[in-house]
This record gives sequence, structure tokens and C-alpha cells, in this order.
Amino acid sequence: MKALNVIYDGFIRRNPTFVLILGMCPTLGTTSSALTGLSMGLATMFVLICSNVAISMLKNLIPGKVRIPAFIVVIASFVTIVQMLMQAYVPALYASLGIFIPLIVVNCILLGRAEAFASKNSVGLSAADGLGTGLGFAAALTLLGAVREILGTGTVFGLQIYSSDFGALLFVLAPGAFIVLGLMIALFNRLYTNR
Amino acid sequence: MLAYLAIIFSAILANNIVFSQFLGICPFIGVSKNLESAFGMSMDVAFVMAVATAVTWLLQHYVLLPLGLVYVQTIAFILVIAVLVQMLEIIMKKTSPGLYSALGVFLPLITTNCAVLGVAIIVAQKDFGFLYSIVYAVSTALGFGLALSLFAGIREQLALAELPRSMRGVPIALITAGILAMAFMGFSGIC
Repeated sequence: MKALNVIYDGFIRRNPTFVLILGMCPTLGTTSSALTGLSMGLATMFVLICSNVAISMLKNLIPGKVRIPAFIVVIASFVTIVQMLMQAYVPALYASLGIFIPLIVVNCILLGRAEAFASKNSVGLSAADGLGTGLGFAAALTLLGAVREILGTGTVFGLQIYSSDFGALLFVLAPGAFIVLGLMIALFNRLYTNR
Repeated sequence: MLAYLAIIFSAILANNIVFSQFLGICPFIGVSKNLESAFGMSMDVAFVMAVATAVTWLLQHYVLLPLGLVYVQTIAFILVIAVLVQMLEIIMKKTSPGLYSALGVFLPLITTNCAVLGVAIIVAQKDFGFLYSIVYAVSTALGFGLALSLFAGIREQLALAELPRSMRGVPIALITAGILAMAFMGFSGIC
């Protein structure tokens, strides 16, 4: 099963957050809670799958010299779709993610997958790659958001686990983002890459 | 005047673009291994950010708003920034090869630097005036340069430290950045 292999590759072996260390801005900026992390991950995954499919369909039509601007336009169009959908149906969530939704355009993961995978492979495989990489990104963001939320306020997805009196607010604030992500990458290194 | 001072102070220190807004993290981690390249990158970002903010401000106020096309803002801005960076590269190569050899290496990286697009979008969302936007963009870039240079200095020392294998490189860099971010939190509340 080649497609399954491609999905696994994107999810673990080339996990965008822990192994490739790409797309750091939304990873740090939107993970103050598990819910915001998850929604940012899903929004990015949606754009990634759509742009991968569109680019692999158009790969023979796009001239090599202008491929990067062409990829950016395709990605930006899907980002605009996500922006409008979120503004219409989940305005509160859109407001809390703020500037990071339009900034999906400059997320290096999207352009990276378009250039390295979608412009060379079939539509089906590109969709699988988008799904795997997107899931890997969404899982990483959710995990990071959950850890920060538990340490910071004692809740996960809004569910109280222990009293917020024992939470260390630092982890919800900016420094906590850097520290938790650093420790999680170190843990991932220990478990998967440095064996 | 006071409003300008406040925006300069807040953009450089209290709301530092790297440590409290999380924009421009990729070059922050990637290009901060030595002071020299950190400095070159910061100068490039300052230049591009000022020009890009001016151009996108004009685009927003004279094209997108009058024509009711605000919903294509993201696409329009990123295209303008991409074209602008290309043009700057070409102009710099022709007119001042010295400047190009010093700063040119980082120019292609800047299109996907989210700080540039981020500042353009923040300025459009908050509806700043023209001069105010330029001052905001330049001070944000100075804040980015400050963060990058500070961090590069620390990382030069960090390279000599003995660390467990899985902590080397990015993990320890991120944790150091976290401690720096804590220090920068001290500035919040001043203005």
C-alpha cells in the first residue's frame, strides 16, 4: 500500500513540527489551548490537501520558471476560502486565531510539499501526502496545546482536570510556548530519531 | 508625537514580534547561528518590511477598499510582496553590487517570512494611518533585529556547551528563546 506508506511518512517519519521543524509561527502562536491548536491544525490540513490536489492536477500546465508564484496563488486561494468559511460559521474561533489564518499562505510546509511532492506525483498520492502531513501537523499542534493548557490552567479542551490554582500561567503565555515545544522536540528526538 | 514614541517602544520591546507575537520564527531559528548573518538578515527584513508596508497600505486604501475587494486581500498582498522582493533583488544587483553581495543572500527567503505579510495584515486590520504604519513597520523590524542579534550572541556560546544528544540544536535553542521571552515580558505593562 503505497498511499498508506506516504501517509505514515508525513505523520511520523517526516513530521512537519517535530522532525522538519517547519511552520513554527502558528505552532507557537496558536497553541495556548488544545482547541485552538486543533482548529489551526485542521485549517492548515484542509488547505494542504486542497493545494496538493490542485497543484498535482496542474503540474503539466504550470511552466517551470513561474512555478513558485503559481503555487503561492493556488495556496492563497484556498486560504481565502478557509478564511471566508470560518468567518461565516465559527466567527469566535476565527477571532481567537486572528492573524494566523491568513498567514497559512506563508507556512513553509505548504510550499514545501507542493514543490517536493505534489508537483512530481499523481493526484491520489498527493492527496495522501497532504492528509499525512496535515494530520501530523494537526496532531502536533493539538498535543502541544493540550500540554500547555493542562500545565497552565489545569484543563484540557475546557475540561477541568485539577484546580486552576495549581496551574503555572507561564505555560499559557509566550515563554511557555517556546519551552514546551523545545522539550517536546527533544523527546521526539529521543524516541524516534536518535535510536 | 507621544503616540509615535509609544508605538516604537511597544513594537521593539513590549510586543516584540518574535517573543510575543510569534512571527518570523523560521529565520529567527534558521539564521541566528552567527552574529554576522543575523545582522544581514535583520537589515534585509527592515528594508523589505518598510517598502512592503508602504506598498500594501497604498494598495489597501486606493484599490481594495474603493473597489470592495477586501476579500482578496491575502492573495493580493502575498503577490505584491513576492514581486517586490524579486524587484528589489534585481535593482540591488544592477545598482549596488556591494550591497547585493552583503544582503542579497537572504532576499529570496523573505517572501515566505511571515513577519512581512503579518505586519502588512496587522496594519490593514488595525487601520493605521500611512506614516504611522511605516513607523510601526520599521520599529517592528528593529525589534526583530534586536531579538535575532541577542539570540545569535547567545547561540554562539551555546554551540560550545555540552548537552545530551537529543537536546542539541533546535530544542535547546527554543528553550533559550523561552527564557529570553520571559525577560521581554518584563517590558509589558510599561506602555
